[in-house]
Amino acid sequence: MSPHRRRMNKAFKWCCRITTYGAIGVLALLLFHIAYEGMSWISWDFITNFPSRKAEKAGIYTALVGSVYVMVITTLFVVPFGIGTAIYLEEYASQKSLFIRFVKLNIANLAGMPSIIYGLLGLTLFVRIMGLDRSILAGSLTLGLLVLPVIIIASQEAIRAVPQMVREAGFAMGARRYQVVIWQVLPAAIPGIMTGIILAISRAVGETAPLIVIGALSYVAFLPEDMFDMFTVLPVQIYNWAGRPQPEFHSLAAAGIIVLLAFLFTLNSIAVLIREKFQRYKL
Amino acid sequence: MSDPILGVKNLSVYYGESQAVKHVNLGFKDKSVTAVIGPSGCGKSTLLRALNRMNDFIPNVRIEGEVKYRNQNIYGKSMDPAEVRRRIGMVFQKPNPFPKTIYKNIIWGPKINGYKFDPDELVEKSLKGAALWKEVKDRLHDSALALSGGQQQRLCIARAIAMSPEVILMDEPCSALDPKSTLSIEELIGEMRKNYCIVIVTHNMQQAGRVSDDTAFFYNGDLIEFGATKKIFTNPDNSQTEDYITGRFG
Ligand SMILES: Nc1ncnc2c1ncn2[C@@H]1O[C@H](COP(=O)(O)OP(=O)(O)OP(=O)(O)O)[C@@H](O)[C@H]1O
Ligand SMILES: [Mg+2]
Repeated sequence: MSPHRRRMNKAFKWCCRITTYGAIGVLALLLFHIAYEGMSWISWDFITNFPSRKAEKAGIYTALVGSVYVMVITTLFVVPFGIGTAIYLEEYASQKSLFIRFVKLNIANLAGMPSIIYGLLGLTLFVRIMGLDRSILAGSLTLGLLVLPVIIIASQEAIRAVPQMVREAGFAMGARRYQVVIWQVLPAAIPGIMTGIILAISRAVGETAPLIVIGALSYVAFLPEDMFDMFTVLPVQIYNWAGRPQPEFHSLAAAGIIVLLAFLFTLNSIAVLIREKFQRYKL
Repeated sequence: MSDPILGVKNLSVYYGESQAVKHVNLGFKDKSVTAVIGPSGCGKSTLLRALNRMNDFIPNVRIEGEVKYRNQNIYGKSMDPAEVRRRIGMVFQKPNPFPKTIYKNIIWGPKINGYKFDPDELVEKSLKGAALWKEVKDRLHDSALALSGGQQQRLCIARAIAMSPEVILMDEPCSALDPKSTLSIEELIGEMRKNYCIVIVTHNMQQAGRVSDDTAFFYNGDLIEFGATKKIFTNPDNSQTEDYITGRFG
């Protein structure tokens, strides 16, 4: 290497390093700030108390339970539709058909759409037309629509990554396509699909805007009894606290963020664990 | 000499506009081994995959002519391609066992096809048929991926045998294996020729000479010469065949 290129190499390395540490630094500052504000408010009472107008008594219990409900219902709704669509698009649909190409392109477009638009769609379709009101079900379906494209795309990629050889081995044994898909392709694609699902669901859990649009309340003084009940979720509760004038509520919001982050971190760790576990079975 | 159990009549295979197999007529006899040789890209794999409809999975493939198995055109309207593949099995170039146990590799095919069978018996019989039983009988429930390449390839043969096919197609089954594993597969083919019609694609002239009864030489999609292996290898009619076999091109 000439001295000039060596110098260029060094400069380039430093540029990359600065951007990396810069990003980490900002993130660390943010986390430190939140922890500093909210940590002293974190207690068992905070987790198990209902919301209150008095900051000392307010807790995050209903929002936490609401988030768990929403997460479960969204998952139940989105997993069969997401995987089913991905299987159809990759394994059955004619790749030459213009219509299928159009559908695929638009799934990618939908994945990039601002979440507030899904909120408006949910408000019209689920809350008004289907008359679900401001229920957990309406919220979950709205969030389901929001993450469905992401899950379809992740599943498509995982299915496409299964080598053709695996399918041919199955077909050569006289298997039908559904048998090849169920017994050979899906087991090989599951780690990728699961990772995609969990990452998409954790995005849904962190979403605020579409739920505010459909009217998730932040003051819910009771636990939802079924999926037609009113509800609130962690990010909506945080948003509400952060908007109050009293400084104690800002600290409460920070404490809420810590709970939300812990929740999301757990989800992402599960995704990593699944990936690690299944990687060993790979061909 | 027995009649061909599998034959192709005026068979042409196209990938889009380009023709990879050109008007080929050829018969494969039962209980015998036919070697298909020729330079890279001459259409050997394409021909082989046309014989059990594995080309169905490649977009833009078009087939003209007939492939007759027991006097029925396998491309006929009433033919079920899955049924064709049950009778005409295939072993691939790269060993591709399922990422499951040895035991499950064998019984998967018969199971999904609704065969009635005693699994233990079938596993033992198939593994013995592929000369693998002695090596793996104590680890039937271990992952097939823990086997050596040569063992994996014999497992793929055992898996094909388990379907009780009449024809087994092999596309360069030894090209990913070391000489010792290659030898054991060749010995196995020698044994299997008593029971099956075997069609094997190979780049290895010595191997074609050792294992096959008949040899078909292809060049550029055309069948140049077909006949008894002895004759093809000692006294071919066509000068291209001679040049290829003696290594002057290809
Ligand atoms: N999927 C495909 N799409 C388009 N063309 C193809 C495809 N597969 C093969 N071909 C072409 O068809 C011709 C025959 O290919 P084929 O794989 O049958 O050759 P082969 O004799 O098996 O070669 P090799 O000895 O290298 O395996 C080649 O020219 C190849 O480029
Ligand atoms: Mg080939």
